[in-house]
Amino acid sequence: MGKLDGKVAFITGAARGQGRSHAVHLAREGADIIAVDQCAQVGTVPYDLATPDDLAQTVQEIEALDRRIVATQADVRDGAAVKQAVDDGVAQLGRLDIVVANAGILSFSMAEEMSDEMWDDMIATNLSGQFKAVRPAIPHLKANEEGGAIVITSSTAGLKGIQKLAHYTAAKHGIVGLVKVLALELAPNRIRVNSVHPTQVDTDMIQNQPTYANFRPDLDSPGLDEVQETFVSLNALPIPWVEPADVSEAILYLVSDSGRYVTGIQLPVDAGMVIK
Amino acid sequence: MALTSNLEGKVAFITGAARGQGRSHAVRLAQEGADVIAVDLCAQIGSVAYPMATPEDLAQTAEEVEALDRRIVTRQADVRDMTALQAAVDDGIAELGAVDIVLANAGIAPQLNSDPHPDHEQAFRDVVEVNLFGVRNTVHAAVPSMIDKGQGGAIVLTSSTQGLTGRGGDGSGGMDGYAAAKHGVVGLMRTYANWLAQHRIRVNTVHPTGVSTPMIENDEMNAYMEANPGISAALENLMPVETVEPVDISNAIAWLVSDHARFVTGVALPVDAGFTAK
Repeated sequence: MGKLDGKVAFITGAARGQGRSHAVHLAREGADIIAVDQCAQVGTVPYDLATPDDLAQTVQEIEALDRRIVATQADVRDGAAVKQAVDDGVAQLGRLDIVVANAGILSFSMAEEMSDEMWDDMIATNLSGQFKAVRPAIPHLKANEEGGAIVITSSTAGLKGIQKLAHYTAAKHGIVGLVKVLALELAPNRIRVNSVHPTQVDTDMIQNQPTYANFRPDLDSPGLDEVQETFVSLNALPIPWVEPADVSEAILYLVSDSGRYVTGIQLPVDAGMVIK
Repeated sequence: MALTSNLEGKVAFITGAARGQGRSHAVRLAQEGADVIAVDLCAQIGSVAYPMATPEDLAQTAEEVEALDRRIVTRQADVRDMTALQAAVDDGIAELGAVDIVLANAGIAPQLNSDPHPDHEQAFRDVVEVNLFGVRNTVHAAVPSMIDKGQGGAIVLTSSTQGLTGRGGDGSGGMDGYAAAKHGVVGLMRTYANWLAQHRIRVNTVHPTGVSTPMIENDEMNAYMEANPGISAALENLMPVETVEPVDISNAIAWLVSDHARFVTGVALPVDAGFTAK
């Protein structure tokens, strides 16, 4: 018996990385999944984003758990497309209980040199994209008498400032504001709304050469070893990063019965980065 | 990658374990496989109006843990008395092995409204002594054995919504001291999280709203709330529930101390039905 038997979860950015891990963890506990991912590049992002093959891999992993999944290529910047994906998913799977708004991108620049395009891509994806994913889900969640749970993925950059990430930091702080208001507005419907704040997570978003170069600007072509030291120095616990599974377990606590009275909170999964 | 909630082979040191949240934590962690060192004062403190736990309560906790086929060492000890507390922990370690998990849960809520001559200064001192100094003693009594063992560990300090807000303040010694101590616990958590990260010992706080235990479900508290509707309203939750259950706090703690939260440290975790989000 799973903690989420009979539930349906909608997850953005589900093609790989944290999103895929969340889908697998929730499915293992019995949930069916509505998955969206853009599966395409965004202009100012310096590393490769997910592909249709990645999303197909997520589908395969969920089906291997004998759960159902409705997967759609949709861009969270396109509200109509996301709404269509959610509505289609609910039509096929019958209900909606959980939303994990996870889709996000990363790019780097000092604020003074940041292009408008880089700023706009970031805010459109990491802040407006979360809103556009959550909003069309609300009527479906309200249809459940027992309520539901929304988790939006923020970051340690949603709780503190990080250089060369003015756009990312602004978007991730913006999520905290969005969560606080949604928690107030949806409490009467027993819909709980929280954010998670990971430190570096071992995914393609950080395991790439442009990200290594950002964290070790002193080196010409930094490798994993060099960047690992820098990552360790950012955390209080002596580790460079957490695994996607660590964030998934925090989300599982929040969306399952264990967290039935937890709402409006910011939950770091950050190896102590924020208090260091 | 699959992480486990299993606590088999772990030893958890829990204060205030005779009843209420403390007993619930002992049982919840024992369900996951942990053995327990359970400490409680089992006696009254002068400024506390409601009846505090008894030796029979502590025996009941032992019975419930043993019914789960886990081992438990119980001791009556005062968290304000480091010598007594250290002796209790040492006895537990001698029987069960080094400590892996610490739950600093013991706490009081002085309420003086029915006292014609309330001693606010004494109430303030009592609640700070138990709810803040007692937390420091609890951590320091156990941490050396955790560091020696070298296997990391997890510490959870029980704060309160009163550790994050001052809502419902009334200027009484008990309320002043309760809010000050519960805020102080957050400071302890942050400094301990930094101190102990090198040993992979994680330190977090939980912040419950009202929990259905004898500490808040008693005649004195009911009379106070009826007489002070403004404060009663200020203490309402965002979600449409009056109180949460002890098991809700235990579930948060079971997550925090397990491998599921192996990289969670320095976090103030509300379990408060949205109280602090209002």
